Amino acid sequence: MMPSLTNIVKCSFLAISENEAFARSVAVSFAARSSPTVTQLADIKCAVSEAVTNCIVHAYPPDRFDKPMVEMTLRHFDDNSVAITIKDHGVGIPDIKAAREPLFTTDTTGERSGMGFAIMESLMDNVKVSSRVNKGTTVTLKLRLGVPDC
Amino acid sequence: MISILSNEQTCAGAVTCNLNNGILEVAVSGEIDHHNARSIRAKIDEKLYLCRPKTVRLDLSDVSFMDSSGLGLILGRFTLTHELGGELKVVNPSQGVSRILDLAGTARLITIERGEK
Ligand SMILES: Nc1ncnc2c1ncn2[C@@H]1O[C@H](COP(=O)(O)OP(=O)(O)OP(=O)(O)O)[C@@H](O)[C@H]1O
Ligand SMILES: [Mg+2]
Repeated sequence: MMPSLTNIVKCSFLAISENEAFARSVAVSFAARSSPTVTQLADIKCAVSEAVTNCIVHAYPPDRFDKPMVEMTLRHFDDNSVAITIKDHGVGIPDIKAAREPLFTTDTTGERSGMGFAIMESLMDNVKVSSRVNKGTTVTLKLRLGVPDC
Repeated sequence: MISILSNEQTCAGAVTCNLNNGILEVAVSGEIDHHNARSIRAKIDEKLYLCRPKTVRLDLSDVSFMDSSGLGLILGRFTLTHELGGELKVVNPSQGVSRILDLAGTARLITIERGEK
C-alpha cells in the first residue's frame, strides 16, 4: 500500500550560497519532529546540502538567469518516511546517468570532486533525479526515519 | 539531535594555522560547505604559498559538518601542497567528516591519521 501524506512544508529561496545553511536547517528541523536517529538527521543534513549546493553551483551560470530560485518541498508520510524535493529552473542535466557516476563533474576549477550524487545515494534510501535541458532539475531524496522494529 | 540543530548558529568555518619546523598545522572548525569553503581555502592557500611547508597536518577534529565541498577543499589543498613540494595529511577527522572521507575512498590518496590529539 502507498503510504499517505501526513505533512507538507514548502519554501523557496534565492540560489546564493548563504542559503545552503538555511536549507539544511529547515530540513533538519522538519525531520527532527519524526523521531529520527542522530545519524539519520546528519544524513538528511548532508544530502540536502549536496542537492541545494548543486543548484547554486551548476544550475544558474551567471548572466543567463535573472532571479535564480531554488524550491524545496518537504513531505512526511504515515510510514514515517520523508521525501525532500529540491528543484531549480536552470540549465538542466543533459545526461543524468553520467552525472550520477562517482567522480563525474563538469566543474573546471579543480575544487569539486564529483561525489555529490554518490554521497546522496549512499546516505538516502532513494534518490530520484529528473531534468530537462534549459528547463531545470528536480532531485527527490527519500528516507524512512526512526529505528526499524524487526 | 539538539547539537546538530544548534550547530547552525556557529557555522562559519574558522581556520587556525601554526608553523613549526617546516610542519604547518592547520585546524579547521565549524561547518565546511560550499559557502564557507571559499574563505577557508583562501586562508590555507595564503599560508601554503607563504610557508611552502614540507608537511601539512590538516586537523579536522572540530569540523561539525562537511559535504562534498569539503572533499573538494581537502583534495585541492592536497594537490597544491604537493605542487609546492610538500605532503598533506588529514588528522583526526570528526565522525561526520570520516563518513564522507570513507564514502569517497579518500584514504587511497591521502594519509589519514587518527588517535593522537
Ligand atoms: N541542479 C543541477 N543543475 C545542472 N547540473 C547539475 C545539477 N546538479 C548536478 N549537475 C551536474 O551533475 C554533475 C555531478 O554532480 P555532483 O554533485 O555529483 O558533483 P559536483 O557537484 O560536480 O562535485 P561535488 O558535489 O563533489 O562538489 C555536476 O558536475 C553538474 O554537471
Ligand atoms: Mg555537487
